[in-house]
Amino acid sequence: MSDLMKVSSNPHIRSQSTTSSIMMTVILALLPAAGVGVYNFGPKALMLILITVFSTVLTEFLFGLLIKKQTVSDLSAVVTGLLLALNLPVGAPWWMAVLGGVFAILVVKCLFGGLGQNFMNPALAARCFLLISFPAIMTDFTCDAYSGATPLALLKAGEDVDIMNMVTGHTAGTIGETSMIALILGACILLVFGVIDLKVPGTYLVTFVIFLGICGGHGFNPAFISAHLAGGGLMLGAFFMATDYVTRPVTKRGQYVYGAILGVLTGIFRIFGPSAEGVSYAIILSNLLVPLIEKSTMPKAFGKGGERS
Amino acid sequence: MARLTFIGGIHPYDGKNLSKNKRIRDVLPKGDLVYPLSQHIGAPAVPIVKEGDRVLTGQKIADAAAFVCAPIYATVSGTVKAIEPRRVVTGDNVMSIVVENDGKYEETDPLPVKELSAYTKEEIIERVKEAGVVGMGGAGFPTFIKLSPKNPEKIEYCIVNGAECEPYLTSDYRRMLEEPEKVLDGLRIMLKLFDKAQGIIAIEDNKPECIELFRKLTRNETRISVKALKTKYPQGAERQIIYATTGRAIHSGKLPADAGCIVDNVDTVVAICHAVMEGKPLMERIVTVTGDAIAKPRNFKVRIGTNYHELIEEAGGFKEQPVKVISGGPMMGFGIFDLDVPTTKTASALLCLTKDDVSAMEPTACINCGKCVEVCPGRVVPKLLADYAENYREEEFLKNNGMECCECGCCSYVCPAKRTLTQSIKSMRKMMLAKKKK
Repeated sequence: MSDLMKVSSNPHIRSQSTTSSIMMTVILALLPAAGVGVYNFGPKALMLILITVFSTVLTEFLFGLLIKKQTVSDLSAVVTGLLLALNLPVGAPWWMAVLGGVFAILVVKCLFGGLGQNFMNPALAARCFLLISFPAIMTDFTCDAYSGATPLALLKAGEDVDIMNMVTGHTAGTIGETSMIALILGACILLVFGVIDLKVPGTYLVTFVIFLGICGGHGFNPAFISAHLAGGGLMLGAFFMATDYVTRPVTKRGQYVYGAILGVLTGIFRIFGPSAEGVSYAIILSNLLVPLIEKSTMPKAFGKGGERS
Repeated sequence: MARLTFIGGIHPYDGKNLSKNKRIRDVLPKGDLVYPLSQHIGAPAVPIVKEGDRVLTGQKIADAAAFVCAPIYATVSGTVKAIEPRRVVTGDNVMSIVVENDGKYEETDPLPVKELSAYTKEEIIERVKEAGVVGMGGAGFPTFIKLSPKNPEKIEYCIVNGAECEPYLTSDYRRMLEEPEKVLDGLRIMLKLFDKAQGIIAIEDNKPECIELFRKLTRNETRISVKALKTKYPQGAERQIIYATTGRAIHSGKLPADAGCIVDNVDTVVAICHAVMEGKPLMERIVTVTGDAIAKPRNFKVRIGTNYHELIEEAGGFKEQPVKVISGGPMMGFGIFDLDVPTTKTASALLCLTKDDVSAMEPTACINCGKCVEVCPGRVVPKLLADYAENYREEEFLKNNGMECCECGCCSYVCPAKRTLTQSIKSMRKMMLAKKKK
């Protein structure tokens, strides 16, 4: 019987949480936003979501065949596909979804060493890649339900926007970004299950609001601030993409710094940039700063000043 | 008031219900008793008996050979059968004295005892040293050294560690419930050594019966208080319990005495009491035999040297084939592959599980989730240290406080990628410590 017993180094028990269970929670948390997107923009949105997810998963599977190591079951490719789809306008053609999916998984993730090694959020990097390559399609939000400009673009042009519609999601925009309620609901799922905490999104949003108040030209006008909070990709970005484990700092203080940088960059891009949007660029740019942030915010050890932080 | 605790830590399934209501039962050994010469930190003890000698219960059979060392006593009467290497819980073969039990339990006379007030400080320390008392919470550091710090007048707190934060363990809990007076006597002895010290009995709040009992018993004590700690692993780690009870934080390079504290585990304090008040050496300890593979989980008073097979038998044997057997708790104990090993001074439990989490879950790529950073009581970055350790990047490992890890296992426990973080860091630490010694 002695050869039936297993020996290992301590600890001998493990929590039940796994990479795939975390990814599954993120997928669930994204479903409300995806659901509103489909309700809002019709079956074409659903098709686009399915195509994108299929292409990211297939890319990861094929790459796995090539390197003889399968990682599809960790579900991270599904999350990337879903996030990318939610960041596309409903008018995007199917080949763009496929191209984005392949770019996200193959170039941004797999070629840099796979899950955990990518230095940028794959979905956002792919979105920015598409945005630069096909700016006309990527910023055309016209569809059956809505014509033309997003609330943020209207806001930038100095026009009035309907906050209520922005909160519920009855506006033009990418598939998953329009409904603040659905995104907040998803964020709550992530918070409740302990997948994310408020360090990054909290600092991000607070810094952004402060920046907006100072540099936005409208002071702390509640209507203006809430339109900016509800509009564009801010909620989706703050709760689902800025919190991406791989591309945010792992240190506690680093996460506050990262959130603050995100807030300022988003503010700069939205207020002073040519486009009304700024979240995607702010996040991938901040992703690049993560190694530096981590290095300069290493925690102090217990007994060396770290016991209280 | 905020509950007394530290930052970080985890809440694993605690499994204490299996054995917490089982009274301590004496176990008399049947087979041979094995006494490894190294069951403490420091130099191995040196045998002072030889093959064929008859020994009595309580007779010294191996003496301390260096300053950091502890003598070993026979716990039965019988004949020395052999002095040879025998397997211990870590899997190593350690030189051991084997005594054939004659079943008579003939005892030597205990040392003469007197009232506590009649002892001098030197006499107390000498008694503890002679009795072979070592830290019984797991570390096995000779207790008399802890009790003789450089500046005894600077010791402000004597802390009895009754946290018992390891899952499944109930040995300290039972000891506190059933022999509280011995715990208090042990603490009074410690306080006698340190004139300015306050005694603290620190207990996790998942043991309200113990907290209440000690509060009642110490109502009229001016120098002893009871502190309830938040239930969280590793609340009973030395540095964490000092922080929780006194707010003082020390890093790995310091001793508790540097923070004016002396910390001893419940069983150790009882051993101090036995040594001083009863004139008896360290011969027994409480061992929890538990786990879902055990038919009747129990708490036993076990004579040091008793074979683990006998403990399993006493607990009704296995009701299911165990896949993993652990000497100690699941977080810091040793996985053993052979039950034919003896109970040592530091063995707090024998845990038999039908499921092994470790082999059931393959390590995968780190996703940088930061959970290890959140739970680390040492406030280091385990995922980074493990990377450095796995690639043998010595300089970075040391620079990023690799030596501050206390090997509590929280990081491996929470890791969703199931990385063997603690194992990697632990190996690297061992290498670094070995290098430092050279």
